[in-house]
Parts: sequence; C-alpha cells; structure tokens
Amino acid sequence: MGYPHKSHPRETPVLSKHFGDPEARTLAGWRQRGGYRALEQALGMSPADIVNVVKESGLRGRGGAGFPTGMKWSFMKPGDGKPHYLACNADESEPGTFKDREIMRWTPHALIEGCALGAHAIGAETAYIYIRGEFTEPLRVMEAAVREAYRDGILGKNAMGTTKRVDVHVHKGAGAYICGEETALMNSLEGRRGNPRIKPPFPAVSGLFGQPTTINNVETLAAVPHILTNSAQWYKEMCLSSPKSTGSKLFSVCGNIRKPGNYEVTMGFPFKEFLYDLCGGPLPGRTFKAIIPGGSSVPIQTLDEAEATLMDYEGFVAQGTMLGSGGVIVFDDTQCMVKQIARLARFYAHESCAQCTQCREGTAWTTRILERIENGEGQMDDLDTLLEIGENMTGKTICVLSDSCATPVFSGLQKWRHEFEAHIKQKRCPMRSAVAA
Amino acid sequence: MTAPATTAPATKMVSLTIEGRQVSVPEGTSILEAAKYAGILVPHYCYHPGLPVAGVCRMCLVEVEKAPKLAPSCATSVAEGQVVHVHSEKALEARKGVLELLLINHPLDCPICDQAGECELQDYTYMEGRADSRLRDPKRFNPMEDFGGDVIYVTNRCILCTRCVRFMDTMAEDPVLNVSERGDRAVIGKFEGHDLTHPWAGNVIDLCPVGALLSKDSLNKVRAWEVDRTASVCPNCTQGCNMIVETRDNIVVRLRPRPNDAVNRFFMCDYGRLNYRWINRQDRVETPLVRRGSDLVTADWDAALAAAASVLGGANARVIASPMLSNEALGLLARLIAKTGGSGVYRVARGERAPLPGVENLARREDLGANVRGLELFGFTRSETPAWNLGAGDVLVLAGDEQVAIDASAIGSPRAIIVIGGTLPSWARGAAVVLPIANFAEEEGTFTNVDGRVQRFMQARSAPGYSRPSFAVLGDLLALLGEGTGFMLAADAFAAVASREPAFSGMSYDTLGLRGAPTAGGAGR
Amino acid sequence: MSASREEGGLHAPAHASHGSGGHGHGGTHTPIFTGERRQQLDELLTRYPNKMAGLLPALWMAQEAQGWVSEAAMEEIGGLLELTPAYVKGVVTFYTMYHQHPVGRHFIQVCTTSPCGVCGAEDVARAFLKHTGCGELGVTSPDGKYTVIEVECLGACGFATPVMINEEFIESVTPERVPEILGTLR
Repeated sequence: MGYPHKSHPRETPVLSKHFGDPEARTLAGWRQRGGYRALEQALGMSPADIVNVVKESGLRGRGGAGFPTGMKWSFMKPGDGKPHYLACNADESEPGTFKDREIMRWTPHALIEGCALGAHAIGAETAYIYIRGEFTEPLRVMEAAVREAYRDGILGKNAMGTTKRVDVHVHKGAGAYICGEETALMNSLEGRRGNPRIKPPFPAVSGLFGQPTTINNVETLAAVPHILTNSAQWYKEMCLSSPKSTGSKLFSVCGNIRKPGNYEVTMGFPFKEFLYDLCGGPLPGRTFKAIIPGGSSVPIQTLDEAEATLMDYEGFVAQGTMLGSGGVIVFDDTQCMVKQIARLARFYAHESCAQCTQCREGTAWTTRILERIENGEGQMDDLDTLLEIGENMTGKTICVLSDSCATPVFSGLQKWRHEFEAHIKQKRCPMRSAVAA
Repeated sequence: MTAPATTAPATKMVSLTIEGRQVSVPEGTSILEAAKYAGILVPHYCYHPGLPVAGVCRMCLVEVEKAPKLAPSCATSVAEGQVVHVHSEKALEARKGVLELLLINHPLDCPICDQAGECELQDYTYMEGRADSRLRDPKRFNPMEDFGGDVIYVTNRCILCTRCVRFMDTMAEDPVLNVSERGDRAVIGKFEGHDLTHPWAGNVIDLCPVGALLSKDSLNKVRAWEVDRTASVCPNCTQGCNMIVETRDNIVVRLRPRPNDAVNRFFMCDYGRLNYRWINRQDRVETPLVRRGSDLVTADWDAALAAAASVLGGANARVIASPMLSNEALGLLARLIAKTGGSGVYRVARGERAPLPGVENLARREDLGANVRGLELFGFTRSETPAWNLGAGDVLVLAGDEQVAIDASAIGSPRAIIVIGGTLPSWARGAAVVLPIANFAEEEGTFTNVDGRVQRFMQARSAPGYSRPSFAVLGDLLALLGEGTGFMLAADAFAAVASREPAFSGMSYDTLGLRGAPTAGGAGR
Repeated sequence: MSASREEGGLHAPAHASHGSGGHGHGGTHTPIFTGERRQQLDELLTRYPNKMAGLLPALWMAQEAQGWVSEAAMEEIGGLLELTPAYVKGVVTFYTMYHQHPVGRHFIQVCTTSPCGVCGAEDVARAFLKHTGCGELGVTSPDGKYTVIEVECLGACGFATPVMINEEFIESVTPERVPEILGTLR
C-alpha cells in the first residue's frame, strides 16, 4: 500500500507493503498476511542456523552504523549460563528519520515477530522494545499488539506452543535523543540517566543489567522474518550496486520536497531518480540546494553529489557522506545554510548528555557562534574557531553526538563558506533580508 | 573470582613503552597509571585512583600507536608492546582543546577562589593550555548553592568531572548528589532537604579538582601558597588516618587527608578534618612551674625537672595518660611507672562509630583519641572513673591534656600532683610541678592505630614558650631518676622504647617511613 | 486528514483534570502509588530483573496521576524503588518529557527542528502562542488551560509540522489549522 501516499511502482515494498492498512495491525489481519510463519519456523531451528541464514542474507543494521546483523548475533555466546537480552532500539530520534514509527504504527506484529525471532537466535528469553516517549501512537499500537500476542500464546512461557520462553516488553522513553545510542538506551532502560557507556565492554559481553545483550534497530528486526520465509538468497539478490549492501531499505524523506514520506527501495537505487521521480522533486518554482541523506548526523551533500549517489552503504560513502539512518532532509534554494546548520547545532546542544567536555561545552559554544553569525554579528576568524572546535569535538568522546554536531559545520564551511562570509561581511543574513525585501 | 588459593596465578605483567620509557605493569592497569609508574603525569580531571573510572572529562587523551583514535588513558588498559605518546602533537592539541572548552564558561575568578594555587584547572592550563580566549559570547551563570555539611558549591567553577557524585555513590554509599539537567545546563545537584551530612562528605572538597566544592570552615581563610604542609596522623580517633597539617604563621588552619592505602586510602572523616582548633588553643602553660608556698611560680627546666624528680622520690607514680600522647611518651611513662612501682590508666572520649562503607575497615572509631592501642601496649588500663583514693604514698601524674574531665573528688589525697601537659586543669592547680610539653602537632612522634599500625607524625608548628617535646621532658626526668641519659631526638626516644617493647621490635623511624608499619603482634594491615 | 487523527482523534485527554491543582512544594502529598496504581507498578516491576528499571515507568505513572512530577512524587518513587530522591531527581532532569512544574491542561509541543523548521514550524508555534493567549513559550495561559513549548525532533519529519497535545499526536499542522485544533480542546 504505502503511506501517506501509495507505493511508487519503482519501490520494493517489503516492510512497507502494509503501511496504511489498518487491518494489518491486528493479529488476525497479520496472520492472514503471512505473519508469524517465520517465527514458527525459527522456533524449530537452532539459534546457530538462524544466525547463519541472517549472515548469509547480508542484512546490515538499519539504525545508522550498518553493522552486519548476523555477525552481531554471533557474538552472543550460547550456554554461558547468563541471562541474555535483546533490546530493540525504537528510540528513533535522528532528525529526518521516521521510518520505524511507520513500521510500529502499521505493522506492530512484524516487529514483535522480529523481536521474538531475534531473541531466540541469541539465546534470550526477554526482549525490550524501547520506544521514544513522544511516539504516543506507536506506543499504543505496540502495546495492544503485545497484549494480543500474549493472549494468543505467541509470547510467554510457551511461545507458539513450544517449550521456549519469549517475553517482549514495551518500554517507554521520556525525551532524550541520546537514548538512541545503544549503551545510553541500556542505561535509560535500567532507570538511569541516558548516558552512553564507555566501550569496552561491548553489549555482547556486558549490556543490559550487566548481561550479554544484542541491540537492533526496529527496521533490522522487522526485516528478519522476511529473510527466513523468503530465504537469504532472495534477500541477497535485492541489490542494485554494491554486493555488501543487500535488501530493501526504508528512506524517510522530509524538508523542502514535493512528496515527503517513507519510500522503500532496493539497496543501490539511484538517488537522483529517487528524489525526482519517487519524491516528486522540488516544490514548484524552487531548486534543491543541499541534501542530508542519512539523518542529521551525516555530512551534507551538494545537489551534484546527491545526484551522483547510489543509495547504499558504499554509495553514500563514495559521495562523501553516509547512509546513516536513511533520513533524507532536503533544503531548497530558499534556505539559508547558516541558519540551518545553526539550528542543527542547537539540536545537538540541547541533546548532549553532558558527560564529555567536548560535547557538553562544544555543542553549546558552536551553537552560540553560529547563531551570532546568522544574526550578523560574526567575525571572519569565528569561522576558524568553528573549525577548530569541530576538530576538538570529533573522535574524542564516548559517543558520536559531539561528532554529529561538528559534521554539518564542516560540510557547511567546506561547501557553502560563501554564505557564512556573506553574513559576516553584510552583518546580516542575506536570505532574510531578501525575503523581507 | 574464586581461584583456589593454592594455584593462585602470579599477576601477568604487560610491557609497553610510554614516552620512550619501557615499563612493565600488571595486566589490567590503565595507561594513565602505567604512565604514573613511569614517572609521567597524564593530565586528568575525572579520574581519581580512589573512585570508579568515569572517562568523561576526556582530558587524559593520549596517542597510542596503531590506534585509530586518541585513547582516554584512564579507561584504556595497557596492552603488550603498546607504544604510547603522552606529549605528541595530536595528544597535546586534544588536551589543549579540552582545556579551552573547560574554560569558556569558567569565571576565571582565580584571585578570589580558595582553590587558587592548588587548582588542577590552573595547573594544566599553565602546562598545556591556550594563552588567550576566543570566546566572544556571554558566559553561562549559575548561583552558588549551600550543599549542607561543610560544603558549598560554586556552580560556575564546576567542570562536571563527577568525582563528588561518585564518591557519595560508591564510597559513602549515600547518593545525595547527582548530575542534574543535561548539555551545558548540567550542574551537580542535590535534593531539597537532603544535605551533604554524611560523616565523610567533606572528602568531596578535596576530590574536587577545581574550586567548585569548598569548605565553609576554611572559606576565604586559606591561600594555598601561604601555608606550610606537614605530614602527620589524625589524632582525633584511633583509626589513624594519614593527614597533612597545614599551618600559616604557626597556626593550624586546615587538616587534609594524605593517601595511605593501608589505612585511609585518600580520605578522612569530617570530624577529624574539622577538629583542629584545640591544637591552636591559647591557654597553654608556657613555662615550667613549681610550687612555692601557695603559689605556682615559673622556674627553669633544670629546677622544675629536679623538683619533679624529688617529688617522685620514694612514691608510687599514679599516671593518668592522655590518648593523644605518642608511643615515645607512653613508653617512657611506662618506664617511670615501672621504676616507681606505680600504675597507669587512661581516659578517652567516646563517640559513635561512623564507617566509610566503600573502604574496608575505615571508620571514625568510637575512641576519639589517637593512641589507645599504644596505651594498651604499654600497660595502661582504661578507666572510666579513676576513683583511686590515692594516699600519701602516691604521686598523681597527669600526663598529656585531660580529654575527659576528671572528677577531682574521687582522686583522694595523693602526696603531690605533677602535671606533664600543655594546659593546667583547674582541679590540678595545687600541683607541685607543672612541666609544659608540646602537643602532637608540635613534636615528632608515633601513634599506634586501632589495628596496631605504628605511624609517624612530624612537627607542624612550634610549641609555645618554653614547652618541650614530651619525649625530651620524660627522658630527662627518667635520667634524674637514674634511668638513661635523656634524648635529643625523637628517633632516639623511639629506638629506646622499641628496644624494650616486643611489639615494636625491629622498628625505627627509617623503616616506618611515612606510611607506617604494623606492630609485631597486631594485625596492623 | 491524517491517519493519526483517525486512530486517536482529538478527544479530550484522559488526564484533563490536572494542571492548577498540582502539589506545590511543602504542600501535603497524597501518595500516588496506592491501590490499583500500586498493583500496576508491582506488575510492571516483574518485567525487569531489578527495581531501578521501573523508574521511568513509575515516573510516567506519577505524571499521569499528577500532571507533573513533584518532588514529593520523586521521594515516594525513590522509597518504592530503593533509590535516593537525589538520584531520582538526577534522572528526572535528564529527560525532557517529565514536567518538573505544573503545566497547562493542554500541553502543546511544536517540533521546530530543522526538517520542520524549513517547512514553517516556527509560524505554527507562533500561531499557537497567539491563539492560546500564552504569549510566550513555556508560559501557561492565565486560565491555566494551555502551555506551548517548542520541542526538538518529534520523529515525524515527513509530516511537518507535527504537534503533540498531551498524548495526542497531530500531523501536518499549519498555522491556518491552529484555531480549528484548539477548538476541539475543552
């Protein structure tokens, strides 16, 4: 179906096939659409066999880092005598990203199935789905679906009539972007401040409650049942470019574009066609100026770079950015890059957990300088200062929030430096005055 | 971790190179500690050897060859063959960056800050920081807050290292501090009505690497560069926490803990820390006094000592000793008692035990005097009420300052009273001789702590007037009674005492050093 | 009309009675976790291997009951979960969704992060300020009915501008729609 618009013929609707279809939300409706067959099949398989299928499929984490899912699962040592946990990262907070929201809103059982399956594969009896507190509707839908699944015996002491115990619990966040970072999420779930933890130890050794834990993104887990029912080969063959990027991928599209929304395409799809054909191109009378393709934390592309990109992990890297979370933010020619980068910096300053010096102080200072420049009170050497602060904020902290704040600053000063300089020389925002005039 | 005791493997050693120096340290050691071992300081703020690692200030970043990123040396374990650069350009640039960021919102009010002169923000900025500020924006401002107890929080100076929070969480096990808010709005917070009243809470002041947590007791009173520092041992209970006595113009102004893993790690309790004013008391006897009719009149030492010896002639010395007296003094008093056929008791003030849960066997003890263990070793007995009914054959010797008021009526009618102390209690004004001695901060000596550990303390201030060290006075008195020839040095007094007391056998000031050693009989750790 | 409105609709929120009647500092605190709510919490705690993990859920329950999380509530929860009030407060202040002060009966959150910002979110926020009479962000309207704040990314960037009113999530809000939306609130 697709949501909020019908699927485009060039989309590959696997996860999004039932978006917009209220019947798919119910257990009965989900079963009719082939749901829970994969789980049934999986519960009859050994965890190692499931891990092998997922490895073979080439599925990589859809949360941002793109780590191979099968390999991540294989880090969980079976029979270590410890309780294992699966955490599902549904804290989707990366500006520009809203794909997990739709998966949970429309196909909650797909996620429950993925969680139960994943839990079995890593030797866990308990899976927690950590959903950001602002997602009130996904929370309601997921909670209702979990109740249904328990009532039906899919979850619980004897999952789907087997002797295996699988519990899935929904846990509600309370407003903190950083809880999308895996170790921060674990701290938050444990009832702490959402501070990222120093690694090592890695979650597979000491994660939730100090026990071996695997954490996967919503989209990743929701894809696994399809791989089991359709085969690893089927998934691997969904590939238009790099063989290291397989399957379908949901891209969220927002900003100054004609048809914002979620689009599911096969890995390697040409970004240019995606932007113009699927998403309808720019708003009438406008042109695209800058594109952030993978959520606000990745480098900003110029239109030329974007148009040359193939949409997979390697393709985005080849054009100087990253696939990230697949959140495509489009800025058109009416936008002031200084203002937009300042606004992004403000976001990170608001969300910094306050642990690391570079992040706590650097995000706030960067924001103050950028806003000062936007207001026409900047000086030329502020630009050097921004770059140096950015350097200090990159690769030096516990997590990458600090780096994420510096990234758009680097992009901006590299690709739209003239806009910064114009602000400083004219002592005002040239775009703002143009609008006013 | 329950490895069978018989097959406990030897700690595996790891060799690495830090700033060109080869070091070999036990597996699991952090790079920061390994560097320290190699004599190289890696600047740091949040790391403290007595607290769990936080790894948040990012000051201790070092370059490790072949590693993609700089490593936080406090949170990175050593690895075989590692080559670490502490002072490489990359590492220096990173730390310079941290310092700049720590200072942008810092008020730079060093001239009025109590921490000035002993501030790690000053020190590391001096070593590695920028000479200028690039900040063009207004600084953040937060009001000061009274954290209760002895602690005041100067929010603007805080660098959020969280040492204080971790101390209260893991050492005091009384989590009354938190990090509140997030981003650059974050501050150290507490909950209304729940103050820093834990008996060990004052340690957060020492742990704070900057001037954010200050002592109300010493607020605006102490400039770091004006004080003289002396290694000592806290006399305020039997735990024997190692400490530093800080004096200015011969006045004790502050007591702070001195690290000793075997006793107090890095800490001392608030009671011990704040109970120092008595050391400076002004009502001291400053010259020897002897009785002339109804008056006590000043005398020189020779005359006073001769008078004391003569009073003691043919009498039994009944000694009431203070728990604040050194082993040296107590050992000599024990010889006096043995010589005269007398006896010795002690009285000590009592309080409630107050442990620091995060450190095994560390507490403010019930006995609020330093050398109870020493008293016991030298044969003194505890006496809650010295109702002796002393008679004409007895001489009462009050040694050291009275800590628990003595009921004069219970003493009876001794032949005479000799006071060997710093002050003269009103009931003892009829004394035959008063020999003024130094208190623990005014002389050298040793205490034996509750676990039997013998620890040295050094002289931190000069004694008032003609007061002399206790070991010297007692040594001379014994010499007049035909025992020995007196002592010029505390070390000699200790050697003399140790030679007769089996618990101290083999000990000397040299072997005790600044960390002490356990007595032969005692556990002493 | 967006699907989220079909799903949830703009009915009056379940906790429409909170707001001005919150527990002030120093006032007497009526325990929150009694009866059914206590049972609910105990049930919830069975999902986790320790009590601390129940902290975020317990704070949510307190906010649902009180309309905000008072210091007394923090103390009560700390007592139940064996945490000190200072610890609880450290956690509360980390998360933006817990109200540390009473707020208007209708708590309006307008996303103004970049993707929405470029689609006119700031005008939406201004429209809410104007039509609610709040005047200023974070200030409760004189009748205690509304508080409007700007929030960071609500995770619905393709539906700019998303607005949350209490538990309700409204997509694709434009300044023009604001009076109509407010009209449905009581």
